[in-house]
Amino acid sequence: MRDLHVSDIIAAVRQAAITANYVIGPDLLAAFRRGLAEEESASGREIFRQLIDNARIAETECVPLCQDCGLTVIFAEVGQEVHIVGGDFEAALQEGVRQGYQEGYLRKSVCHPLTRTNTGDNTPAVIHTEIVPGDRLKLWVVPKGGGSENMSRLFMLKPAQGWEGIKEAVVGTVREAGPNACPPYIVGVGIGGNFERAALLAKKSLLRELGSQNPDPDLAAREEELLKAINDLGIGPQGLGGRLTALGVHILLQPCHIASLPVAVNIQCHSSRHREVEL
Amino acid sequence: MSKEVRLTPPLTAADVCALEIGDRVLVSGVIYTARDAAHRRLMDLLAAGQPLPVDLQGQILYYVGPSPARPGRVIGAAGPTTATRMDVYTPTLLRLGLKAMIGKGRRSPEVIAALKEYQAVYLGATGGAGALISQCIRQAEVVAFEDLGPEAIHRLVVEDLPTIVINDCAGRDLYDEGLRRYARTA
Ligand code: SF4
Repeated sequence: MRDLHVSDIIAAVRQAAITANYVIGPDLLAAFRRGLAEEESASGREIFRQLIDNARIAETECVPLCQDCGLTVIFAEVGQEVHIVGGDFEAALQEGVRQGYQEGYLRKSVCHPLTRTNTGDNTPAVIHTEIVPGDRLKLWVVPKGGGSENMSRLFMLKPAQGWEGIKEAVVGTVREAGPNACPPYIVGVGIGGNFERAALLAKKSLLRELGSQNPDPDLAAREEELLKAINDLGIGPQGLGGRLTALGVHILLQPCHIASLPVAVNIQCHSSRHREVEL
Repeated sequence: MSKEVRLTPPLTAADVCALEIGDRVLVSGVIYTARDAAHRRLMDLLAAGQPLPVDLQGQILYYVGPSPARPGRVIGAAGPTTATRMDVYTPTLLRLGLKAMIGKGRRSPEVIAALKEYQAVYLGATGGAGALISQCIRQAEVVAFEDLGPEAIHRLVVEDLPTIVINDCAGRDLYDEGLRRYARTA
């Protein structure tokens, strides 16, 4: 067993929440640069220019990339040889979020769903924990904006609808999102599992490096097919019309019940923020 | 052909009627912020027959809920929020003389019709460019509903805030126009 003190976990989450909101990943920046070179529409190219500037200003001037600093999602992979000491694991994750949003001047965007009263510290974060082999703790801190989460959808298709049904669900979700969820998008698709698993797969697929190939060649080809169909919609950057509505489509898949075909589509806006830390 | 225009409120009907979808508009001067909660409060005041905390005649509303300002800074990130959520309140405010709104995302057919009727425009700012837009904001102060925090009505002084005309006084829609130009049907 390896001891891991909660104070280290708190510090790591605090820092990851702040960095995620101020610094975009190199994969995303590269996609913006490609977009600037490839987009046919002049207003679309202007948007890519602005997004590249925005990333630079955020980092150098210490202003968050987007004022919607999101509801924080944390994926945790806990090695089964890790022994957490000094307090509760989940409480430590929440404390890290609380401190990060306070000290990082990040907007607190979490409220009671009925009274709409703000919780004041951006908690509770949504936490997904998996126990895995080994003696390390891996955390992904993922601030997710409301605008793009609102346009995400879950479909319980009939098995007979097959791939065509999945394709229509994915493309239809993007069509409906239109200009509203800050395109260019990254589209996370979860196929299979069950009702709640499909949604989780869709969200988790967004953690994959943008521009990387799906390790499964069949899924890689299907991602290409979906990306082309989405970009044929013509929505374009910010919905002003253009070739690049999405920068990537990511699929995660697992077996499902013989009677079902669950499909979830998680729309990720261009402000795709996530930080990975290993302790 | 789209053009570039500089605008400073208060705006007249002639100012906004000269704008067409796709025109780039650099906004300077005083604008007011409002999101969902502030809109609801404005409606409550109107329903109670009370005066509004700001005179909207000729003004611009910006749909934004900024992140907190660091000490010594004017404001935090300040990009637009989705305008669609404000649609139900908008025709009422246009009737009171509001001349432009800045946001992101589609407006309802009712709003587009009201823009035509009252001669006003809807401008799009780049969603998710909160850091970039913050650099255009020179002053910020809360003028109403302080208890709403980031949702309070702020009076902003801006300089060359970059926007594009999405819906003009002629009832046109840049989002639809974009689809017409770029959609490929299988
Ligand atoms: S959808 Fe994304 S980029 Fe747009 S405002 Fe929300 S968090 Fe920011």
